[in-house]
Amino acid sequence: MTEMTGAEMVIAALADQGVEHIFGYPGGAVLPIYDALFQQEKVRHILVRHEQGAVHAAEGYARSTGKVGAVLVTSGPGATNAVTGLTDALCDSVPLVVITGQVPTHLIGNDAFQECDTVGITRPCTKYNYLVKSVADLPRVLHEAFHIASSGRPGPVVVDIPKDIQFAKGRYFKPTEFDHRGYRPKLKGDPDKIKRAVEMMAAAKRPLFYTGGGVINSGPRASDLLRELVKLTGFPLTSTLMGLGAFPAADPQWLGMLGMHGTWEANWSMHDCDLMIAVGSRFDDRITGRLDAFSPGSKKIHIDIDPSSINKNVKVDVPIVGDCAHVLEDLLRVWREGGAKTDRKALDAWWAQIGKWRAKNSLAYRNSNEIIKPQYAIQRLYELTKDRDTYITTEVGQHQMWAAQFYHFQEPTRWMTSGGLGTMGYGLPASVGVQLAHPDSLVIDIAGEASVLMTMQEMSTAVQYELPIKIFIINNQYMGMVRQWQELLHGGRYSHSYTEALPDFVKLAEAYHAHGIRCEHPGELDDKIREMIEVDKPVIFDCVVDPAENCFPMIPSGRAHNEMLLGDATTRVEDAVTEKGKMLV
Amino acid sequence: MTTSATTTHYPAMTAAEPVETRTLCVLVDNEPGVLARVIGLFAGRGYNIDSLTVSETEHEKHLSRITIVTRGTAMVLEQIKNQLDRLVPVHRVVDLSAGGPAIARELAMVKVRGTGEHRLEALRLADAFRARVIDATTESFVFEITGSSDKIESFISLMLPVGLVEVSRTGVVAIARGPEGM
Repeated sequence: MTEMTGAEMVIAALADQGVEHIFGYPGGAVLPIYDALFQQEKVRHILVRHEQGAVHAAEGYARSTGKVGAVLVTSGPGATNAVTGLTDALCDSVPLVVITGQVPTHLIGNDAFQECDTVGITRPCTKYNYLVKSVADLPRVLHEAFHIASSGRPGPVVVDIPKDIQFAKGRYFKPTEFDHRGYRPKLKGDPDKIKRAVEMMAAAKRPLFYTGGGVINSGPRASDLLRELVKLTGFPLTSTLMGLGAFPAADPQWLGMLGMHGTWEANWSMHDCDLMIAVGSRFDDRITGRLDAFSPGSKKIHIDIDPSSINKNVKVDVPIVGDCAHVLEDLLRVWREGGAKTDRKALDAWWAQIGKWRAKNSLAYRNSNEIIKPQYAIQRLYELTKDRDTYITTEVGQHQMWAAQFYHFQEPTRWMTSGGLGTMGYGLPASVGVQLAHPDSLVIDIAGEASVLMTMQEMSTAVQYELPIKIFIINNQYMGMVRQWQELLHGGRYSHSYTEALPDFVKLAEAYHAHGIRCEHPGELDDKIREMIEVDKPVIFDCVVDPAENCFPMIPSGRAHNEMLLGDATTRVEDAVTEKGKMLV
Repeated sequence: MTTSATTTHYPAMTAAEPVETRTLCVLVDNEPGVLARVIGLFAGRGYNIDSLTVSETEHEKHLSRITIVTRGTAMVLEQIKNQLDRLVPVHRVVDLSAGGPAIARELAMVKVRGTGEHRLEALRLADAFRARVIDATTESFVFEITGSSDKIESFISLMLPVGLVEVSRTGVVAIARGPEGM
């Protein structure tokens, strides 16, 4: 127990919680904390250019390290600017502690300068939030915030600290054994249900793992255990956007991503399987498509740490509430102890069917010698960076889906994208956070020119802290996904999806004291990507691509998995989709 | 493309399922904003609240009990329970409609104005419903009535023709029968 000010407690708690970097932006209501920051060296502050950028940077930091991301912003606009990032982190289960300044307690509710109801505004977009009204509560609240953010289903926690509390003196204590009366996330799965799951897996004829971000959030051990279980059973596996990397994309049991822009084989396997094993995935509408036609013939096992994810969209047969790593470990143990065997013959037939679907080659596109196809750009980027220590972030839209399809991840935590909220402008600040956490790694934001302009100002942060992030812009001059929907569903009326006046991205890079590269021809792509990698500075790479390219496969929303649209370059293997073909397996 | 624009972007609503009414008891930390969290959850996710009562029930532990009467399909009701349960200050959620026999009561104060035969009739009806007179003037009564929501509804509808002025109701409180606590 030591006597100190509230502001000093914030720094002490951050340091005790292992925070090395905090992303923030100063303002009137957090000046005491900034003053305390100035007088110490344990916690390094990273000055962003907009509070949204601070939160996304902390998200990138958290997701690439498994640690809690920390943010410090001021009251009023500081807090409201953070709301998009908070919502993003809530949707994608990213652990964050966001400290917001607040007007002094005696002015709360008084419409004071830069006052807003931060706890009211952030209540629906945080896992939990606090308004600290007494300095005596502050150490407990700060430690609780870290525990709640990082345990159970992770999420963002806001701690709103009025300025007088930052000045007030009190006793600080270090983190102790946490015992919250009501908050006790369940880690171990129900043994009876695990036993039942093993029996169902052993009996399955057309099984499929459908895994999500929960596996990655559970930590590297969960990914290892998943790989072990998939190898042991010989079952195929598909993953959501958020789950990419938990299972290696180079493995033959990998079917690619599923869902709206998933592969033909992944979606058909989901539709036709007789046992679905959902691990840390939540049956999002981008995955299920039309609910009443979603995997109609399958029994479903669902492993998730959040009970509210279970039976939310899709009724499952065996729900197992628990942490992925714990449950997978128990599944493996029960499987081995019971000497469970799979139905090899049925599995061979199932794999034969999957082989037919694979032959469709659903990601095929028509390449060109004249113009860079966006898929080709990402393929080349992958080939030229795959042997390096690379982290990928993205913005939101077509480029994001192409990145998910054509950039192949072999390890977890290498892929940072805004999945649930779909926040354009996520990738650039996220890459700042990732690069800070991994200074020697190659960090690339696969971006769209529209998205990246939403948070472009964070280039300035990257330059200030000498973070050599690579902003690889797939520039088609359109809000590509909006344009695609308008083409397919709104009669080709491209209402406000074309950007009439884009900046010169090379000059823009130079204006930020970064390095700019433009590439307009497929023939020069490889050399310019190599240049991007070699330059030891932040780079904006303006990759000018075919503006008319669409992202396929695509399940139009409201359709079922077997109603996928394909690009015109895919192989026509119609026998794979006939009713007769389905009856065979 | 044959898909119409109105049915795309998001999946269509699923077919209508039967809607049930449930009474949930929620034990929460009595901390600032806890009611806002619960109500905000219902508002934000589009759940119904038919009745809601809240009061601190265990002072030493700072625990409050919220009784919510809600409606929804079986899947929505399960979601409501799970969503409530994962709120940090929520200790327990008990579905009294599902966990065996339970008692639900409501208290109402009913103000009736009238003279002559109306006044006598109001008193006779109150007697039949075991409502007590808790305030009287020469031209009015305030009755206090306790019972199930149905009973209170029928009492109020009977008071209408004899001069109903105003009603104040607590909303439903409920508890499970038998020796066990929640």
